[in-house]
Amino acid sequence: MLLIPCPHCRQSRPEREFRHCGEAGLLRPVDPAAASDREWTDYLFARTNPKGESQERWRHVHGCGRFFVLRRDTREDACVTSRAGVEEAP
Amino acid sequence: MIAAHDPRILRAMRGFSFGRILRESFSGHTGWTRQWRSPEPQRAYDVVIVGGGGHGLATAYHLAAEQGVRRVAVLEKGWIGGGNSGRNTTIVRSNYLFEESEALYEHSLKLWEGLSRTLNYNVMYSPRGVMALGHTESDVQIIRRHVHANRLAGIDADFLTPAQAKALCPILDVSQAPRYPVLGASWQGRGGVARHDAVVWGYARAADALGVDVIENCEVTGVRRDAAGAVSAVETTRGAISTRMLALVAAGHSSVLAGMAGLRLPIESFPLQALVSEPVKPIMPCVVMSNTIDAYMSQSDKGELVIGAAADVYPSYAQRGSFHVTGATLDSLCELFPCLRRLRMMRCWAGIVDITPDRSPILGPTDVPGLWLNCGWGTGGFKAIPGSGQLFAASLAQGAPHPVLAPFGLDRFRTGRLIDEATAAAVSH
Repeated sequence: MLLIPCPHCRQSRPEREFRHCGEAGLLRPVDPAAASDREWTDYLFARTNPKGESQERWRHVHGCGRFFVLRRDTREDACVTSRAGVEEAP
Repeated sequence: MIAAHDPRILRAMRGFSFGRILRESFSGHTGWTRQWRSPEPQRAYDVVIVGGGGHGLATAYHLAAEQGVRRVAVLEKGWIGGGNSGRNTTIVRSNYLFEESEALYEHSLKLWEGLSRTLNYNVMYSPRGVMALGHTESDVQIIRRHVHANRLAGIDADFLTPAQAKALCPILDVSQAPRYPVLGASWQGRGGVARHDAVVWGYARAADALGVDVIENCEVTGVRRDAAGAVSAVETTRGAISTRMLALVAAGHSSVLAGMAGLRLPIESFPLQALVSEPVKPIMPCVVMSNTIDAYMSQSDKGELVIGAAADVYPSYAQRGSFHVTGATLDSLCELFPCLRRLRMMRCWAGIVDITPDRSPILGPTDVPGLWLNCGWGTGGFKAIPGSGQLFAASLAQGAPHPVLAPFGLDRFRTGRLIDEATAAAVSH
């Protein structure tokens, strides 16, 4: 069970209050019609899936309901820090 | 398929037999030897397979046995049977929805039926039947659709009423009492379980006898490419090994290895937990699984109930999961099988599974010349080991995907021609 620091609520809460929303920093092609198949494939499917520090979006669904970016070490499941914001690349 | 009792294997490895056990029993069982060598890595191989699990070893075995490729190495960072091959819940079935999957998994199921003879190793394949429960009207419709699709593909499948399910598995509660009552079930009588350790040991021994180097405690740390971008060597903790053909068969660590060659895969690695109970007398004659409540259960020959839980919700490489995930699975099972409520669990563990967006595996070449993938099996790769190994070996030897594997290429994520078993089965993992 992770204890996840919510940057909006300013407290660490159990994992079950949150929903994991995938890798952070994936930006939808700005001009969808102009994006190539490869760009679409990368955006939709390709993932870094790092062994080590990852940056991922979480949402505090059973709390404040807001999104944030969590830095977590996937080797040890240790949450490092979290910050508000969803759109900017890490 | 290779002929049963391949004489080359029997000659090379002093076959196991009843007569041999009898002889050994008179000599204090002192004549048993190591089942495979522990070779030092050579400087170069025709094919290097990264990952000494079931899929990697089966690929190596079939390369040597059927494709005439003998200079093959299997690199395993730990020990044989120490990864997901020794951590899964051993269920074998082929009742998938889509034709592409049916062809692959049914081919594999047919190989399971003769695997012990082929490998001269008792893999304890037990076709005791696999039951998948439906708890809602939607579940029942999905199950019926699967049953019809399987029958059209020539795969045995039946729809069971709750009473029929109870007759096959008497400890199942089919009353309306549980939160998710049983409304129907699918049944594949040819499905079952096998002993997962024996499967990898059997493949390692048979491949070794045919000249494959099974190299344990050898972790890959880098992939070297030549000026044209093609694979030229792998760097390992036991030195560099030259090869022009590198197959990554490393389950949860596929993304890490592909990253060494500059690739980003459509894979995320999640913990998948399983647990076993204390041993009890035989009470569970078949495998029962349920996607709605994320649980599956069978009974081992030792009497332990082997239970699989849902995948955890966040990617991780830590080989452990959250307690509430196994807790939820046990809650559900206690409702379906009230007689289990006082049963104690002995052990639980997690394996790191490589999950793709459509929950179908990735098999085939990549944009990097000489680099092939056999990964993305996610939560259900064990059942496919024999078929995947044989067809992937044929693909490597030919330099082009076998027709059965062709739909499972990496390219499907660009074309959009996904094999979406995730949606088909309405599974959460």
